[in-house]
Amino acid sequence: MLIETRNLTKQFGGLTAVKDVDFEIEKGKINAIIGPNGAGKSTFFNLVSGSYIPTSGQVIYRGKDITKLPPNKIAELGVARTFQTTNLFEQATVLDNVIVGHRLRTKYNLLDAVLRTKRYKKEEKKCKDKAMEVLDFVGLTNITDQLAGNITQEEKKRVAFALALATDPEVVFLDEPAAGINSGETEGLAELMKKMVKRGITVCLIEHKMQMIMKLADKIMVLNYGEKIAEGSSEEIMNNQDVIEAYLGGDASA
Amino acid sequence: MPAMTKKSIALIALIIGAMVIPFIIQNEYWLHILTLSFIWSIAVYGLNILAGYTGYLSLAHAGFFAIGAYALGLLTVKVGLNYWVALILACIITSGIGFLIGLIALRTREHFFAIYTLCVGYVIYLVIDKWDSLTGGVRGLIGIPAPSNIGPISFQSATSQYYLILFFLLATVLVMYRIVHSLTGRTFIAIRNSEELAQTIGISTMKNKLTVFVLSTFFAGLAGALYASFIRFIGPDIGYTAIIFDLLTYLLVGGIGTLAGPVVGTILIVSVSQSLQFLQDYRMLIFGPMLTLIIIFYPRGIVGMVSEWKMKWFNKKKKTPAEKWKSTYSDSKDVREDKVKEG
Repeated sequence: MLIETRNLTKQFGGLTAVKDVDFEIEKGKINAIIGPNGAGKSTFFNLVSGSYIPTSGQVIYRGKDITKLPPNKIAELGVARTFQTTNLFEQATVLDNVIVGHRLRTKYNLLDAVLRTKRYKKEEKKCKDKAMEVLDFVGLTNITDQLAGNITQEEKKRVAFALALATDPEVVFLDEPAAGINSGETEGLAELMKKMVKRGITVCLIEHKMQMIMKLADKIMVLNYGEKIAEGSSEEIMNNQDVIEAYLGGDASA
Repeated sequence: MPAMTKKSIALIALIIGAMVIPFIIQNEYWLHILTLSFIWSIAVYGLNILAGYTGYLSLAHAGFFAIGAYALGLLTVKVGLNYWVALILACIITSGIGFLIGLIALRTREHFFAIYTLCVGYVIYLVIDKWDSLTGGVRGLIGIPAPSNIGPISFQSATSQYYLILFFLLATVLVMYRIVHSLTGRTFIAIRNSEELAQTIGISTMKNKLTVFVLSTFFAGLAGALYASFIRFIGPDIGYTAIIFDLLTYLLVGGIGTLAGPVVGTILIVSVSQSLQFLQDYRMLIFGPMLTLIIIFYPRGIVGMVSEWKMKWFNKKKKTPAEKWKSTYSDSKDVREDKVKEG
């Protein structure tokens, strides 16, 4: 396993958003977290990626405790993520948006930029090459020169993927990658996730589109009111009584 | 590529234009105004890299401007240092104080940051105003020397001062250009865009914000120091909060987050406001509505407006041949159909 959470808990005042969650993200697989609205999925992501510090519990990444590391250090270790809302710099080109993603792998300071040193040229090229490479990977080579404000929602999602991939991650956390796009485009993104796994990148995603998850995920965790109520393969989840109850309410005979 | 060369030709023309201005404008008063607006431009560039590119609106920059000015003034008048040594030290002192203030101020963000820095700016003003024994208080500091000679070059005349300040302005623009078009600049823009996202792609936001804050105070200090040696007299008023709102107006009118914005806005507003001197404070009746309209319709100022127009025009031009082709194609099709009908 790549990432492991132990008794992960996050409280906001009196509200417990995530409660005692133990989860193992397996290397080279597509891991999914599902659950009704407000189940604590995004909070779980924020805890793992360092945006929130948990109230108690631990996050272990490759045997190392990363619970209290800031997000940028966690990113350096190889954990990337995307957000529900795609924050791109709309006045810049797609390529320009992605180039900065490789910044964390460069050794480079202000003086290099001002004096245009050799190192500056080398590192700028490295970042640009990386950006082109990941844009090619997500299938956007044809729009690298377009302004990010002028591209479609689906393309924006792909740019967000590219930005995450530009950090050279080992694991990518995707927060509702298929929100706000149609089913054909969802298929395309699912293909892209499979392609990422083939490349050796572990994927962990939150998603509401059940059909997509059931087909795609190797391992699913279900959260409800911040607690893990089920974990397993898609068949196991589909037949789990607790999950059906959480989604449909009451005792369903579905 | 042709657009690129066009741009560099325009740039070279502009620089040559700026170089020959002293020969064209014989009026020393206007040369003085122009030099002054160059000095303010440098300070506005400092503000721009922070507020425009990184998204942190600092209202303490009049204070840093004053620190730069007083540092130079005190080091030359009271300590008797060589002008150039004092100039370098003034920049270092301002950046050093900027570093310490940045450490605290950058823990806040958005409007809290603006309010906090506004207070810092006011405190700096008060310290200068009340610390009589050091700064001379309201009496100010007189007898600041002009830049001392470098070899055979002297900076006593208005023209030579103009060239000196022009040199510093061009250097500032060059540094800004290089920063903005580098990974460092992209990093700043990423922070402005979304600090959360910037962190998750491995950017240490605090380190970068502190770098840019210190950088921007450096330029505010440089402008202040140049101002002190140009005007030769400074009073606590140069650190007053009204000054930062002037700087902000220059930036907003010229174009926040654009490279040419600071110099365009500053020269425009300073010269217009000089021409409207006869209206006294009623000038604000013109500036107020103008600023409001610009912010509503062109949030990226005059420079943003021009680039928007250029883009529209460019798109139109690009579209025309395709449309022409389309229309001729459909025309010929119509003709053919007509012929078929006739046949």
